[in-house]
Amino acid sequence: MSDFTLDNSHNYFDVLKELGNIGAGNATTALSQMLGCKVDMKVPQVKLLEFKEIGEAMGGEEQLMAGVYVMVAGDIAGSMMFLLEKKAAHSLVAKLMMTEPNLEDDFSEMEWSALKEIGNIIVSSYLNSLATMTNMKIVSSVPDLTIDMAGALLSVPAIHFGEMGDKMLLIETRFLDEVDIEGYFILIPDLESYDRILTTLGM
Amino acid sequence: MGAVIKVGMADYKICRSPDAVTTLGLGSCVGIALWDREKKIGGLVHIMLPSSMSLKQNSNPLKFADTGIDELVKQMVLAGASKNNLVAKIAGGSQMFNFQQSSATSGIGERNVESSKEKLNMLRIPILASDTGENYGRTVTFYPENGDFVIRAVGKPEKVI
Repeated sequence: MSDFTLDNSHNYFDVLKELGNIGAGNATTALSQMLGCKVDMKVPQVKLLEFKEIGEAMGGEEQLMAGVYVMVAGDIAGSMMFLLEKKAAHSLVAKLMMTEPNLEDDFSEMEWSALKEIGNIIVSSYLNSLATMTNMKIVSSVPDLTIDMAGALLSVPAIHFGEMGDKMLLIETRFLDEVDIEGYFILIPDLESYDRILTTLGM
Repeated sequence: MGAVIKVGMADYKICRSPDAVTTLGLGSCVGIALWDREKKIGGLVHIMLPSSMSLKQNSNPLKFADTGIDELVKQMVLAGASKNNLVAKIAGGSQMFNFQQSSATSGIGERNVESSKEKLNMLRIPILASDTGENYGRTVTFYPENGDFVIRAVGKPEKVI
């Protein structure tokens, strides 16, 4: 029987890494199919971060990023974020819409909604594969997209975690294609979810 | 020019002129800068949640508006600032994502701002200026030399309050 706390979390890192592998593997495949090109994914990392370290975790607090955020409920409760550097977001949309990358700063309404939909598909494929593999029930909210500094985006899940503890545990997977698209999937389950996850997986 | 000292989430730092304190990418969190104009001492705390009262997990006082401000005041006095001279400037507390359904964290930015203002009023620390709310992140830097609180946001002109 598992009894998950942030103090003994290191014992379970491998299991959580495997969850990241399952989810991100499928999300990367979805992304690669959408783009019609190869997308590589790195080995997932499980990070237990103090709040003051969070901003630096994804290339600096002020790194301009597009973040698609969904709330997750069911057996795994928490949140999930799909993060892309803003430049990468422009190339991703351009590839998908078969246009030249728009080098202006702002996304058009069409591009914005395309990006949100890409985020939706990717996050859903991550969560769906997790649900299928683990037999857990996972429901996600309608996604929302924001483009801003990484620190500001990550403050949202951090605050949520702050209500429960002094550190944030996240399962992060980096992906990149051959050219210029690079980003992260981050799954941030609530602390209570970890017990359920580990029990379901027979830990 | 002095050094610029970085403050993380749920963290604080104190400095003296010509140094400055900064916190990068404030989202729904709030940055509260306190200033002793005479001694030119400045402090900045980056809080995440409105109140330590409603939660059991409050081992880090810097996470909350109420205890975070208390702690900053205490440390500034220890650093030589005079409590009666302190004035405040605050920034942050935006709503980064819009969710249709209400969730525990929706409106948290606004509540962080309210709670910070309440606490400062309670301590009789005047709030000289604020730049809060909206839906974008802010990077803020406080200069105890002249009390400037410089606010930068993506795609917006730099603001000094």
